[in-house]
Amino acid sequence: MTISRRSMMLGTAAGGAAALTLAACGSDEGGSGGAGGGEGGGGGGGMILANGTEPQNALIPTNTNEVGGGRIVQNIFSGLVSYDAEGTAQNEVAESIETEDSQHFTITLADGWTFTNGDPVTAQSFVDAWNFGANASNAQLSGYFFEPIEGFADLQGEDVAADATLTGLKVEDDHVFTVTLVSPQADFPIRLGYSAFSPLPEAFFDDQEGFGEKPIGNGPYMLTSWEHEVSAELEVNPDYKGPRAPQNDGVRFTFYQDIETGYNDLLSGGLDVIDNIPASRLTSFEQELGERAVNQPAAIFQSFTIHMEDPNFSGEAGSLRRQALSKAINRQEICDTIFQGTSSPATDFSTPVVNGYSDSIPGSEVLEFDAEGAKKLWEEAEGMEPFEGPFTLAYNADGDHATWVEAVTNQLLNNLGIEATGKSYPTFAALRDEVGNRTITGGFRSGWQADYPSVFNFLGPLYGSAAAEGRGSNDADYMNEEFDQLLADGLSATDEETAFAKAQSAEELLFRDLPAVPLWNDNVTGGSAETVENVVFGWDSQPQYHEITKTA
Amino acid sequence: MAWYVLRRVLQMIPVFFGATFLVYFLVFSMPGDPIAALGGNKPLSPAVQDRLRAEYNLDEPFIVQYLLYLQGLAQGDFGTTFAGRPVIDDIRRAFPVTARLALVAIVFEAVFGIIAGVISGLRKGTWIDSTLLVTSILVIAVPTFVIGFVAQFVFGVKLGLVTINVGANVTWMNLLLPGMVLGAVSFAYVLRLTRTQITETMTADHVRTATAKGLSRPRVITVHILRNSLIPVVTFLGVDLGQLMGGAIVTEGIFNIPGLGFNLFDAIQRGESTKMVSMVTLLVIIFIISNLLIDLLYALLDPRIRYDARK
Repeated sequence: MTISRRSMMLGTAAGGAAALTLAACGSDEGGSGGAGGGEGGGGGGGMILANGTEPQNALIPTNTNEVGGGRIVQNIFSGLVSYDAEGTAQNEVAESIETEDSQHFTITLADGWTFTNGDPVTAQSFVDAWNFGANASNAQLSGYFFEPIEGFADLQGEDVAADATLTGLKVEDDHVFTVTLVSPQADFPIRLGYSAFSPLPEAFFDDQEGFGEKPIGNGPYMLTSWEHEVSAELEVNPDYKGPRAPQNDGVRFTFYQDIETGYNDLLSGGLDVIDNIPASRLTSFEQELGERAVNQPAAIFQSFTIHMEDPNFSGEAGSLRRQALSKAINRQEICDTIFQGTSSPATDFSTPVVNGYSDSIPGSEVLEFDAEGAKKLWEEAEGMEPFEGPFTLAYNADGDHATWVEAVTNQLLNNLGIEATGKSYPTFAALRDEVGNRTITGGFRSGWQADYPSVFNFLGPLYGSAAAEGRGSNDADYMNEEFDQLLADGLSATDEETAFAKAQSAEELLFRDLPAVPLWNDNVTGGSAETVENVVFGWDSQPQYHEITKTA
Repeated sequence: MAWYVLRRVLQMIPVFFGATFLVYFLVFSMPGDPIAALGGNKPLSPAVQDRLRAEYNLDEPFIVQYLLYLQGLAQGDFGTTFAGRPVIDDIRRAFPVTARLALVAIVFEAVFGIIAGVISGLRKGTWIDSTLLVTSILVIAVPTFVIGFVAQFVFGVKLGLVTINVGANVTWMNLLLPGMVLGAVSFAYVLRLTRTQITETMTADHVRTATAKGLSRPRVITVHILRNSLIPVVTFLGVDLGQLMGGAIVTEGIFNIPGLGFNLFDAIQRGESTKMVSMVTLLVIIFIISNLLIDLLYALLDPRIRYDARK
């Protein structure tokens, strides 16, 4: 369901240059025990040199919610399922996941999986890991992933026992366990590909701190060295037997503070693949990298939200004003000029790379630029009750948001004739404070990056009543029973087609009420050097590291 | 002399408490809740937030937090980062890196700055003087990150002469370019300061007398002009050493050098108060010590200061 630190990254960084991200590899491998001479690909054998960032937390799957640690954890652990580049879930450790009602699941594990310390991966390894993650006494940042499982709520109290477990999990035997959910969730099997659902070996429970520094996983790679603030090295796990078999000898993530440095390293042969292009190079990277440039849609949705109770934007007049704002924005122009073609105008409340996306939902016309229509709607609203301006659009100044905020407010000024200005908060945390306290007025920027490739990930967590009033990320406190019912119907459906049709009907309501005004979908920008082949970026904006091959 | 040193060392105590208190207060007053921000757009459950707050003492009032921090310090505990590692480990890793970088920078600016300043001062008004002056103005006017990225692009990407990602392999050789970038602005100041001092001293009575006595020109320059001209320059270099250590945030970021500035920047972005306070405090202490050393050196260069100190 969400994105924690990832969304923090999104919050601070999306829309151009990521302030925090980057990694690279030494152009001179000689130091720090690197593999081989400075020949670029030569001495290092098939080690892929990639960018990354210092993990912000110990490397425990349930406590890793940001990209720096995420890209390591994802490659050293294997869960029940994993995603291919298109976001289709395929069985990894699971042999089968069966259900008849989308609420009770029987999960059977494949034979022969082991952790890199030799311990077998059993049903207990999963159940113990999930119980640990869900129990609030362990304060795991990704604990909310286990919310749909029965018994989760009982583990969230102030004084929950450290050994309390989820009632919805039952181990049948070494290879089989059952999961009972609070309510039907048709997309639950898809969610299982997120790294928070990884199994943990017994060694973890003996020494959690040591494990966080030297995790023992069951994934395609294993972590062999982690030099803080410098790099992390992953070598191939010889016992791995799943669908993500590495086509190289390992991956070395170098941590960059400034992605500009990483990009220079890529140009000079110190880096094989980069998944983030600095803002200053967005105009030139496609020329500089040629066919090796990557610029494709990512699972990132950008919008601005206005609280449902905002005096200017509630009631009938408010509803018209929301429509007017949306129609007054020329999204294509901003994507072309401000983002240099690295964003595309939103066409629904999710993104083109997730299952269940649609570009033809009735009501989505409100996203089309129509200055005259917008002006008319606004004047109609003025006739009902006057607008008390100015309209402010809040953003965090530690991300790259000032330019597009200015562009949007200028368009509102020109097309609606209203006073509109950007309102800057020094940090992402400061903005979230006011959003969280509901003391913010007017619009505020909001964004969402999918954790699992399903349209439902963009709906329930952001607009469902269960996530309103501080219980989740429904910052507008949008509460609509009809919407909730459609989502529930969709999630209890047993076939995808029905499920997604219900989700799209739910989106129709969103287009009518506009708790958030969709803006655009970010692309992932990146590229690779001539030293590597088969570089494919997945739906989650991450290179499929295991598929990359070294040419030199 | 010993009394003078002792007095200066004692002065460090209130400065230390004042600095940590101020920094702690500033960090405490920073907008935004770092624990809530750990969750990004998805709020962490209240139970999880409470546990994390308690773990980092963030649920206590400001003064209690500060005292707990001092209590830890007294026991040699600098606190832990959000990643669960002791801050002291991060400092131990980062400090030598920054120290080496600052050393490269200070040697660069002292050697080249003084030589260029002397040449400029002695040959005042010639083309070489003008060239050096224009260069120094340019270096001062252009921001460090521009100099840094241009140098990296030209020498690293285009010419392939230097390592771009210095962090992977922090050798003296690799620190050369970052050190020069870091010391560039101060180099310009040293040059201009030396030049002014030299021109001034050259017209002083004692220099005229020395020349009239028939001393050789090299001897007049080294003993009579240089020694007197260098006092302000040495002071400047001392103050600068402290600034280089703390001011390396930009340079360390550009060349990806995992030093104090690099770590500090990270800590600020994550709102990790213990790490921020510990690092800034360390920088303050370095600043105080380097100032003390310079004052002592100053006394050696200029006997008059020693006498004043004794009174």
